[in-house]
Amino acid sequence: MACIEAHGLRKAFGATIALDNVNLRVAEGRIVGLIGPNGAGKTTALNAILGLTPYQGELRVLGRDPWTERDQLMRDVSFIADVAVLPRWLRVSQALDYVAGVHPRFNRVKAESFLAKTTIRRASKVRELSKGMVTQLHLALVMAIDARLLVLDEPTLGLDILYRKQFYDSLLNDYLDRSRTIVVATHHVEEVQDVLTDLIFINRGRIVLDYSMEEVESRYLEVMVHPEQLAAARALKPIHERQVFGRSVLLFDLTSDHVDRSQLAALGDVRMPSIADLFVAVMGNMAGNQAGQAQGEAR
Amino acid sequence: MNTQSNAIPESPLESQAVAPALISPARRMYWSLRRELWENRSLYIAPLAVAAVVLVAFLIGILALPHHRMPAVFALAPAKQRAAIELPYDFAAGLIMAIAFFIGLFYCLDALQGERRDRSILFWKSLPVSDLTTVLSKASIPLFLLLFSFAVTVVTQFIMLLLSSAVVRANGLNVATLWTDVSLFQRSLMLLYHLLTVHGLWYAPLYGYLLLVSAWARRAPFLWAILPPFAIYAVEKIAFNTSHFAVWLAYRFLGPEAFTVTPGGTLMNVMAALTPAKFLSLPGLWIGLAIAVAFLAAAVRLRRYRGPI
Repeated sequence: MACIEAHGLRKAFGATIALDNVNLRVAEGRIVGLIGPNGAGKTTALNAILGLTPYQGELRVLGRDPWTERDQLMRDVSFIADVAVLPRWLRVSQALDYVAGVHPRFNRVKAESFLAKTTIRRASKVRELSKGMVTQLHLALVMAIDARLLVLDEPTLGLDILYRKQFYDSLLNDYLDRSRTIVVATHHVEEVQDVLTDLIFINRGRIVLDYSMEEVESRYLEVMVHPEQLAAARALKPIHERQVFGRSVLLFDLTSDHVDRSQLAALGDVRMPSIADLFVAVMGNMAGNQAGQAQGEAR
Repeated sequence: MNTQSNAIPESPLESQAVAPALISPARRMYWSLRRELWENRSLYIAPLAVAAVVLVAFLIGILALPHHRMPAVFALAPAKQRAAIELPYDFAAGLIMAIAFFIGLFYCLDALQGERRDRSILFWKSLPVSDLTTVLSKASIPLFLLLFSFAVTVVTQFIMLLLSSAVVRANGLNVATLWTDVSLFQRSLMLLYHLLTVHGLWYAPLYGYLLLVSAWARRAPFLWAILPPFAIYAVEKIAFNTSHFAVWLAYRFLGPEAFTVTPGGTLMNVMAALTPAKFLSLPGLWIGLAIAVAFLAAAVRLRRYRGPI
């Protein structure tokens, strides 16, 4: 069974279309990165998945309709929304008591052992904790919930780099197993690169790229081209070109019929593109294509 | 949770095998109520503070009372004597009750708006507690407040009685007169009856209305709570030159004639006249309860759609 399945998912706020005919399938046990510019529809998509907002179209999460079956769904799903949302008056010990009191899948011992690695005291109130500590507390609570789907919307926002690294490390080591699915939306693309199994780019409410990381690896190739080969490389129709230290770095889509891996290796140093570079290329091309289409229509 | 205490060193796959404990709706309700009390400590601190102030004032009063006046009170005609002795007890009960009532109103007005304002609604909604449970737990806080303020009142009156007994005794007067006049037990029963009927059942639509406004308003819930009744009154007055709505509203606040304290009458007399049979046969009571349920249902539905503001 797919963990998340969406067909023709649509959501509009007045005249603004936040989600436009989104089709999506996330299998169980995947770690999916949902990447997109601000206002692309990331949070709206996650809110629909979490049953926080009504939508049009068909959506199933763990076999349930998230809007009408939200109460049951929340026993198997946990999430951290994009900002610190723990109430400021809550004490750390109260937070543990409360979640243990209402959540059937909460493992208090596990949460305590996460907290033991931090400097957070049980008697502190959330308002007395630093921004980083509040996130750590929230993570300790959520990671101790044995959820089948974990949704993270900018989970490391406001954390310094040390904590961000720690967060993804503990996500990998302590949380992951084959039956858990994680969907993470973030701007810190470079940090999730090694964690993800699947990559989804979203822009203007539409999914513009949806591949597994293996597919991304076999499909896209970046070449730092020797200057004398530049013209030859450009002739192979790269999807993107940028300059690094005076040298041209060209990004190729290997599925297009006019390029192959060995051909490119002869032109310069090849490597897998980073998600960030791929993102820039794909998003840039979208804008370019639209302009191109407009020109084509004008002719 | 104890059954899972040894799950930590095991691999995640094994911990997955631990069957999730079942959590009854009653337990979710219990923790939701505790949550409210953690957040709103003034709910129980304020009645206690008022009780403390009342006790201090009462103590100063009986200690400062000139010695010659106490025998004078005891020498009055029984009815007058009783009224004079009862007065501070009624006053203490009224003060604690009024504070608890206002705190309940302001609590309801903030209950569903505060969680959106501080964005914590996203945290509460990430846990398997339904909107219905949440709204019901918030709606039962006024009831909790009622019972708590009742307990505080009884204890306060009891301490007052002990204090005055000591002073009366020190003056060589009859303590028995004091205890019969105050009749703490009967007084407490009447107070509880008044609280449950008037503050609990009769005012239920008021609490429901405030919770609904709290779930709806983006800001200034106090203004939004006042505006609709005022607008309806104004429209009716200008369009038809009648005041049916205002009369109805006054009825909802003051209750049927039986509630109103006539000059010279005490709460006890009034409540004694309003028998349970009489109270339960008031159509206004049942209409009010139906309206309260409708308001709460609307608040539950609104909370589903509501996010942080």
